[in-house]
Amino acid sequence: MKVYNGKSVFSGIAIGKISVYKKGEQQVKRTKISDTGAELARYEAAKEKATEQLQGLYDKALKEVGEANAAIFEVHQMMLEDLDYNESVENIVRSQEVNVEYAVAATGDNFSRMFAAMDDDYMRERAADVKDISERLLTILTGSGSGMAAADEPVIIVADDLAPSETVQLDKDMVLSFVTVHGSTNSHTAILARMMEIPALVGTKLPLDDSVDGKMGIVDGSTGIIYVDPDEQTLAKMKERKEEELHKKELLQTLKGRENVTLDGQKLMLYANIGNIKDLAMVMQNDAGGIGLFRSEFIYLERDQYPTEEEQFQIYRQVAETMAGKRVIIRTLDIGADKQCDYFEMEHEENPALGYRAIRICLTRPEVFKTQLRALFRASAFGKIAIMYPMITSVQEIKRIKEIVAEVKAELTAHKTPFGEPEQGIMIETPAAAVISDLLAEEVDFFSIGTNDLTQYTLAIDRQNTKLDEFYDSHHPAVLRMISTVVENAHKAGIWAGICGELGADQTLTQEFLAMGVDELSVSPGSILPIRKIVLETNVGEYKAGR
Amino acid sequence: MKEFKYVITDEMGIHARPAGLLVKAVKGFGSSVKMTKGAKTVDCKGIMGVMSLGAKKGEEVVLTFEGEDEGAAYEAISKFMQENL
Repeated sequence: MKVYNGKSVFSGIAIGKISVYKKGEQQVKRTKISDTGAELARYEAAKEKATEQLQGLYDKALKEVGEANAAIFEVHQMMLEDLDYNESVENIVRSQEVNVEYAVAATGDNFSRMFAAMDDDYMRERAADVKDISERLLTILTGSGSGMAAADEPVIIVADDLAPSETVQLDKDMVLSFVTVHGSTNSHTAILARMMEIPALVGTKLPLDDSVDGKMGIVDGSTGIIYVDPDEQTLAKMKERKEEELHKKELLQTLKGRENVTLDGQKLMLYANIGNIKDLAMVMQNDAGGIGLFRSEFIYLERDQYPTEEEQFQIYRQVAETMAGKRVIIRTLDIGADKQCDYFEMEHEENPALGYRAIRICLTRPEVFKTQLRALFRASAFGKIAIMYPMITSVQEIKRIKEIVAEVKAELTAHKTPFGEPEQGIMIETPAAAVISDLLAEEVDFFSIGTNDLTQYTLAIDRQNTKLDEFYDSHHPAVLRMISTVVENAHKAGIWAGICGELGADQTLTQEFLAMGVDELSVSPGSILPIRKIVLETNVGEYKAGR
Repeated sequence: MKEFKYVITDEMGIHARPAGLLVKAVKGFGSSVKMTKGAKTVDCKGIMGVMSLGAKKGEEVVLTFEGEDEGAAYEAISKFMQENL
């Protein structure tokens, strides 16, 4: 067994025979010709044929992977029409009196080198597009074919690199996965793989010879590994995982698009927790009703200086627009304790969990807080954003937040900057907040219970300390009673209450939460459909009678 | 001759798709339309040229329009830039 590592662009497991994809060797000879007119006529004919092919690919991609991804073939058509490219080909043919194949190959090389030399990742990727159209022309001109022998069973395709046109031409039913030596995670090929939902790896350093070709292989898209000629044990393990995934996928199909409603008609909002804008695809795939916790701190943690209002605005706007009218709850900056950012220059603390963190930083550094609030209020004009403030312990804190919010809105109004009116809620993650939740409920639009911190503070147990595991009970009645009280107090004040901590995804508690009247659960995208299944199968009245 | 200065606001800069759309739009006019970034000037009737400028967010480009329908070209293309880039 041989094991190679690559970068995964789509997860999933593929097991099957490996087929090495070889590009048609475009051996272009430079030959002298006398009739340049006839040569250029051949070029025109080849261009016409290529445009036709690209139109066909565009139509195919449009159906399979959507307009945004199909657009590349439209761009390829425009490249074929490019003045500079065509002039270069014609010049070479005329001035050197050589065959058009040579002129196309030389021009393609020059232009792709130009893109490859640019100081921008995106533009460097475009070198592959130029190569792709040049090869297409050459294939037509020489009449040579490229690609792989027609497979009689679905295979794992291994290639040096795949041009977008090659990827889309692969017969989907015959492809289990593809693995490339080159290519980046934002190449078109990677994007197409994601849209086609097949496991794929790029940047995998494996040899493209007989040690791989025709061998049995396993691609694990979750770890980015390809096993060539796997041993029995690995094969058995991966087969089992593949079964599990298949099962999950089936569940997904039957549960997608259904409302989260119990047998006796109680509804639940099932939202997703995300920590990064990259997670949005997972949110859509798992049919989340909204985003229940967007951890804005990643924007701060990924940078080495304070993110600007504009940077934040663009991110929030993108999330709001992507979710298209579904609720997006963005939690304001929650750093401190275990999440540290050098440029905040925070002093060392003896007890950071009980220290300078989250809303406490925001209220003592209003300039940092205001930047984020301005971005959030502006982005609210583009979708249904809700703002959530973490680590609240008192009504005074909310009053102070409201003063700052009023200042931010006045500033935006003065600058004639458009903004929306987002819902504003708080996290209930301190025992203090839970105990006074009746008072807090009068001040805000919603509650979201952060069970991780609430449990830690209530039980006075540090989760990081494994020695304390025997004392730790995530279902401790103290915590469950608090949740129940918070939900009751929310409903008395006419607001909704949800749970966004790890406990929300605990499937053994889903029925209990329904019985408490919890309005929303925000969980990792992968947990949404399994919980939906429980909701659909629950009769809350019967459950209450039986507990 | 007409001139239009514009600072790119699109996150990705003038990438393949808008470059293609720009070229398409420019081809609808008889006038010559050129784009300059720094010391480099390209003809907007070629997609590779436009892309080769590698204009990114925050960078300024200058478009010049010259020919019989330069007025109309100026109107249409400046609008295109503001809406798409």
